[in-house]
Amino acid sequence: MTEILTVEDLRVRFTVHGGSFEAVRGLNFALNAGETLAVVGESGSGKSQAFMAMMGLVARNGSASGTVMFGGRDLLSLTPSQLNEVRGREIAMIFQDPMTSLNPAMKIGAQMAEVLTEHQGTDRRAAWKAAVEMLDRVGIPEAVSRANSYPHELSGGMRQRVMIGMALMCQPKVLIADEPTTALDVTVQAQMLELFKTLCRETGTSLVLITHDLGVVAGIADRMMVMYAGEAVETGAVDDLFYDPRHPYLKGLIQSTPSPDERKSYLTPIAGMPPNLTRLPPGCPFAPRCAWKMPICETTAPVLLPFGAGRARACHFDGPLVSVESAS
Amino acid sequence: MIRFILRRLAIAIPTLLALIVVSFILMKVAPGNPFTGEKTLPKEVMANIMARYGLDKPEWQQLLDYISNIVLHFDFGPSFKYKDRSVTEIIAQGFPVTFTYGMWTFVVSTVLGVFVGVLAAVRQNSWVDYLSLGITIGAQVVPVYVVAPLLVLIFTLWLGWLPGGGWNGGHWSNVILPVVALSFSLVASVARIMRSSMLEVLGSNYIRTARAKGIPGYKIILRHALRPALLPVVTYLAPMLVYVITGSVIIDMYFSTGGIGSAFVNSALNRDYSTAMGITILYGTLTIAGNLLVDLIYAWIDPKIRL
Repeated sequence: MTEILTVEDLRVRFTVHGGSFEAVRGLNFALNAGETLAVVGESGSGKSQAFMAMMGLVARNGSASGTVMFGGRDLLSLTPSQLNEVRGREIAMIFQDPMTSLNPAMKIGAQMAEVLTEHQGTDRRAAWKAAVEMLDRVGIPEAVSRANSYPHELSGGMRQRVMIGMALMCQPKVLIADEPTTALDVTVQAQMLELFKTLCRETGTSLVLITHDLGVVAGIADRMMVMYAGEAVETGAVDDLFYDPRHPYLKGLIQSTPSPDERKSYLTPIAGMPPNLTRLPPGCPFAPRCAWKMPICETTAPVLLPFGAGRARACHFDGPLVSVESAS
Repeated sequence: MIRFILRRLAIAIPTLLALIVVSFILMKVAPGNPFTGEKTLPKEVMANIMARYGLDKPEWQQLLDYISNIVLHFDFGPSFKYKDRSVTEIIAQGFPVTFTYGMWTFVVSTVLGVFVGVLAAVRQNSWVDYLSLGITIGAQVVPVYVVAPLLVLIFTLWLGWLPGGGWNGGHWSNVILPVVALSFSLVASVARIMRSSMLEVLGSNYIRTARAKGIPGYKIILRHALRPALLPVVTYLAPMLVYVITGSVIIDMYFSTGGIGSAFVNSALNRDYSTAMGITILYGTLTIAGNLLVDLIYAWIDPKIRL
């Protein structure tokens, strides 16, 4: 498989009132052509910020460092106009909230067509036609008249379909979807994931799916990267990670997810809270919450080390993790 | 759309009638009449004058006559103060002046205010932002009656570039100073509203979407951000439009422009019933028209508003 996006030591630092902290602390990973990579973590794990940084979308008080190699260029060192040639054309992004992510004062057809006129110099009429075709592809009924709608005239699910269609207008090599189904109800979520799967397969687009929902991951992703406190703690094929998690955090996440297969009378939550990024412990950031904690964990931070078939984890504990109940 | 406009015009008629009745009552409630001066007139003379202007009739009759004259003949009656001048003439003389410098003020304030506001928002926390913030706060707190004489001092007395007063048929050199003086604080208000609403829009999710689509910055401002950001400004434009075209007494006084503003104040002071009433109706009509215009602009900017 060919890597199309290679990230090395990505850091995103925010300056806040009276100090600064790193929301992403040295992220390394690669995205393969045509695959679906799920990026999993809870709020504040840096999963969104890492990808915002690649797209040049960090907030004004933030800055990114490291390298993000894409098509022989480092995205982080591009000028704004060079970056604009990549954004929307080769890498597209979809956001969590479809209700507010479309411009309320522009017709959806115009918002979609704009991508083509901007990147490919398509004339307005042809671009509009392409937008209508795309609306049809993403499953919007009566696409011809719907292109003339304003966002408020569409439901949340329809708007997210528009967002997906808009992102795919230029057939990008990479599509980054940041919690694309979180704001939608469950039945619509399933339709959306199906749509992602089909469209990305058709266009050969690599999909990065940022989510905190392991159910979504299981349904669609090939590989997965688990993030905690701004770092990747475990990566590998989805099946491997689900059946044999090797990082206690992932283990905890899986145990705290309800499953229709087993009858659990209660879920096992992960004790404690994610660490405050401005006051990280000296060792492993997960150590205070970890059931497998060893003395070394409180002094030395583990690094992400490869093991097995295409897997990697950042944990001092070596070997399979038995369930929390028997370990503690 | 058409139905909306027709409905609004239909509502305007009872609104104007109510305005006429209320202002008529207010004028009558105030003690005295247009002809009570320092010199007491003989009873017979006073009665003659009152009869001449129809003021001897019962009040309800006067009101009905007044309204029917307007409706049937578009006649606002004679001025009670200036013999041989009708209210229509007074308005016809003063209003074009006011309208001219008012509309210029409106255009200048809106365009300049929006421009400065957008610039300050786009360059937030830079020297441009701080400079415009400083100037706009300054401009907002300095009243017209301070700005006007300062302008005359600088541009007329010191530099000698522009006439310090008069109208001269609306020659551009006579129009500039009144417009600048009146625009001063309005530009500042518009700029500040524009800046804050632009900042809000620029921080919104759909602008992030536009950036993620690779749209260059200036196009994001012009195509994606400007229209939604204009909404709060438009809200402010309605009262501003009315304010500028109904004229400013201070401007008329300082620059001797002879606009309707001074005529209105004089008519109220002189108890010139018909002139005051006539100008009140004019102001009322303009207010209604201004609000209607702003509602139409609103609908054009925000597709969620359906008329």
